[in-house]
Amino acid sequence: MLISAQNLTKRYGEHAALDGASFETPANAKTVALLGPSGSGKSTLLRLLGSLMLADDGCASLDGKALSHRENEALKQRRENGFVFQSFNLFPHLSTLENVALPLRVVHGTEPTAARTRAVEVLERFGLGLHLEKRPSQLSGGQQQRVALARAIAPKPRLLLLDEPTSALDPMMTQEVLEVIRTLAESGQQIVLSTHEISFAKRVADWIVFLDRGKVVESGPAGDFFNAPRSELARQFLEALTRYR
Amino acid sequence: MSWKDGGQFPDRREVLWSVILLAGVSLVTWAVFASVRYQWHWEALATRLPQVMAGWGWTLVISAVALVASVLLGLGLMLGQRSGLTPVRLLCRGYIELVRGTPLLVQLLLGYYILANALHVNARMPVGIVLLAMFEGAYFSEIFRGALESISATQLEAARAVGFDSRQIWRYVIFPQAMRRALPGSAGQMVSLIKDSSLLSVIGIEEVTRKVQLMNASAYFGLEGFIPLALLYLALTLPLSWWTRQLEAKFRYET
Repeated sequence: MLISAQNLTKRYGEHAALDGASFETPANAKTVALLGPSGSGKSTLLRLLGSLMLADDGCASLDGKALSHRENEALKQRRENGFVFQSFNLFPHLSTLENVALPLRVVHGTEPTAARTRAVEVLERFGLGLHLEKRPSQLSGGQQQRVALARAIAPKPRLLLLDEPTSALDPMMTQEVLEVIRTLAESGQQIVLSTHEISFAKRVADWIVFLDRGKVVESGPAGDFFNAPRSELARQFLEALTRYR
Repeated sequence: MSWKDGGQFPDRREVLWSVILLAGVSLVTWAVFASVRYQWHWEALATRLPQVMAGWGWTLVISAVALVASVLLGLGLMLGQRSGLTPVRLLCRGYIELVRGTPLLVQLLLGYYILANALHVNARMPVGIVLLAMFEGAYFSEIFRGALESISATQLEAARAVGFDSRQIWRYVIFPQAMRRALPGSAGQMVSLIKDSSLLSVIGIEEVTRKVQLMNASAYFGLEGFIPLALLYLALTLPLSWWTRQLEAKFRYET
């Protein structure tokens, strides 16, 4: 997907989480990974691209279509995306199945039986066929994140955005979830994800956007970034992340 | 599920202990009453029972109507406090502080003898119900507000991410969760409402407390009426408590 951002800025009071971030990915980039230290603006950028937030300054577009600055347009854009959060954010009062089926019925107008079938199909694909009637609190972290993934991709979104999807999981569960994301990437789903899992990003990402303190420091093909990072910051960052892993 | 686990039916150990404790408390109560030098005239109670039961019927009606009205008022006040319009917000906040800061007794006296008088409304029962609902509504609104504000912002974010519009967020995500969180507090407030209805006796409304007072006066006795009175209130509040526990169990989920 061709993602283009010019001078994106988002402030929280005095602090600029994103400070004039600009980058452009080529149209054939299927999986874009956002990398950078904490506080670099990855989560904010992801939310802006996913139309969950409106930028204070600057503009962005996905495949040539500009991201709107108006809430009702943003709602339409959100409905074409799937978003997965670091802390799962499932609806605790609904069952696993309902978490996935409700948005299909209510947001996308799917018939109840079709919505149920689709939800079951996706949940089974992610290995959750035996947990359909359970509440989120009865599931492990890895299972909950897979439900979150199911909820995000059930409506066949144009773009799937993931905000550090495995940061709250232990190594085993991290593996489960990364597996699911890899199969989604391989089946052609357009993905933008922010992550600290460098090995995963190396394997799956086509394009890397590296941020630091609200600005884009590097933006380039994944191979180039990992083998020969241009900036000192990127070099230090990669070194720090691979030292003990 | 046993009472310990939040269910509505006790397990065997709880039944056994309930019987023992009930017997013990009854014994102590009887001892206390027996030690008071007083001639009990229970037979006089029997002839006046129909009147008392009529009063109890009115208590039931008053409580039911005031309950519905106060819950609606509570919802309105809670939403009003979140309004974008400043005068609405301030009015709601001011109302809640005023009503929660003064005794019901004072509100009833002021409301009936001054306000209703000024508006030339003399029907005691409707005025009493309205005043009671206005009082309890302020308390309900704070319970609802607490429940609403306790819902994490991440739920809102998730709801938006999934594509819900404002109405859908309220209906599918916020209201179901807020309702469950508001149940315990609301249950307590409903029981309070039934008991607070006893104060309507001061403006002459013939609910059950007033009937018992009249009965005591006409039969020249002092204390016999109050024991049945307590039991009559329990007959209303205990089933309500039980029903709300059932609701809580039905809607329970772990967070």
